[in-house]
Amino acid sequence: MSALTTAAIPTEMSGQPFTDEELVRIRADFPILERTVRDGKPLVYLDSGATSQKPFVVLDAEREFYERHNSAVHRGAHQLSEEGTELYEQARATIASFVGARADEVVFTKNATEGLNLAAYAFSNAATGGGGGIGSRFALGPGDEVLVTEMEHHANLIPWQELTRRTGATLRWVPVTDDGRLDLSDLDALLTERTKVFAFTHASNVLGTVNPARELADRAHSIGALAVLDACQSVPHLPVDVADLGVDLAAWSGHKMLGPLGVGVLWGRPEVLDEMPVFLTGGSMIETVTMEGSTYARVPQKFEAGVPMAAQAIGLGVAAQYLGELGMDRVAAHEEVLCAHLLEALARRPWVRVLGPGAGPERGGTVAFVVDGVHAHDVGQVLDADGVAVRVGHHCAWPLHRRFGVAATTRVTVAAYNTVDEIDTMLASLDRVPGVFGVNI
Amino acid sequence: MDLYQELILEHSRRPHRSGLREPFDAEVHHVNPTCGDEVTIRVELDGDTVRDVSYDALGCSISVASASVLSEQVTGHSVREALEAYNAMRTMLTSRGADPGDEELLGDGVAFAGVAKYPARVKCALLGWTAFTDALARAGIDFAAITSEPVAEKG
Repeated sequence: MSALTTAAIPTEMSGQPFTDEELVRIRADFPILERTVRDGKPLVYLDSGATSQKPFVVLDAEREFYERHNSAVHRGAHQLSEEGTELYEQARATIASFVGARADEVVFTKNATEGLNLAAYAFSNAATGGGGGIGSRFALGPGDEVLVTEMEHHANLIPWQELTRRTGATLRWVPVTDDGRLDLSDLDALLTERTKVFAFTHASNVLGTVNPARELADRAHSIGALAVLDACQSVPHLPVDVADLGVDLAAWSGHKMLGPLGVGVLWGRPEVLDEMPVFLTGGSMIETVTMEGSTYARVPQKFEAGVPMAAQAIGLGVAAQYLGELGMDRVAAHEEVLCAHLLEALARRPWVRVLGPGAGPERGGTVAFVVDGVHAHDVGQVLDADGVAVRVGHHCAWPLHRRFGVAATTRVTVAAYNTVDEIDTMLASLDRVPGVFGVNI
Repeated sequence: MDLYQELILEHSRRPHRSGLREPFDAEVHHVNPTCGDEVTIRVELDGDTVRDVSYDALGCSISVASASVLSEQVTGHSVREALEAYNAMRTMLTSRGADPGDEELLGDGVAFAGVAKYPARVKCALLGWTAFTDALARAGIDFAAITSEPVAEKG
């Protein structure tokens, strides 16, 4: 297949940030970056942690599916359905190889939220006999525990709150230190033989902290617990090999990794997915059906009830290929440069307080901060007036914000297509904020 | 930026009549779940007159200033007038900029007309006002008996 990006990346640049010329070509792949907002201001998009922008090749792939191959995949014997099914399964294989996995370990979901709920509901179904004898290892009840962390996005917290409520199990959490890392000093007391599931994020969507996933997964396995990873903020930004991480399940969203909205991935170790009870049931996830009961298809179809979002999945496959051609080592190096530049500039502004650890490889491209005396909504509004799009609020991590004693933060997140100039535009706009609100700095 | 009128900034920096006071007939606590802004509102009624609206607002400049204007605008007025002011505020804020607001009814509240052009901020401006109508309902006010217009819209 021909190169997807107009920015042909020489291999000797491996591990290096993008050059200015490369960035110009990468940016040309993203049509939305051409547009202006708020009375002609060039768009400075620094909200990729919420959702990333999409390159032409992803948009084209979706459109081509609808124009040429539109059909209900895995159904019917006509040519369109054959082609659609082939493309859909190719996309699965592409995404699998992007994270060092096998195709049949990748389940398409609506998004990461659905993937994590799938896991929580599958475990819940095990408690009522779902999955038969083999599924009983996932069953929770009174006396059992689920361990999460205080830095979780609501999507990796509330499904577990609800699971423990339904089953009578107990929810516990790992606290966060003042510098925004997991406080593992008491992990032995929190992770015990009662723990059935340890669910944690790979990279915080607020603090930017990259957690030691391998170490945490090993600790979980040492006491027989399952390790569930929220990979939403790592797979789009860092080289990730799911097998190397040692976790049992990992969920992430397609739309945060240059892919379309409406598709995500739940990856699982084969034996875990095999034994997990089903969640959504209905068409195409079955093996045989009678009026009395049914048996189910093999993984991954077992977890993909109903006509799937083929166009989005195919678009996501192309997005993974596009990122692969850029090189995730280079994406990570580029984002680290942007992040270090931003952190250094914010450190020179004593009226700004950054949450989370200092610059370095253990920090992803996410920087959330507080401006003294000005609410994050008001900060974001001033930036927006200058064409700068950031996220404001609690970013679906309310307990974490409460932990740091703030109601809301302003969050900058970067992607492969952002530039140092854009960070500087954001900083110039930020410098207007105290003046607008009459705050003395 | 037409959003941050000087009046709004003044109210947010020095909110009028702020703080929670005794006595009161009802107290409510409302939250804007998208940003975590919070407001606690107390109302004290004297027959059909709003004797006092006291509040504790934690949030952005728009939500704090709006609570300040609310307290100033409805205290000492009849419940019917207070509800008219609420309706005028809500209509203006949801007009997408078409309704400049009635200064007779809203006083400093007309400074919020520009908020209507920023749909994401309308909830901030309505937070205190919505909480106020909820507090009236909890204090036993029968809206249907006062006005035929729907007033108690949940934020």
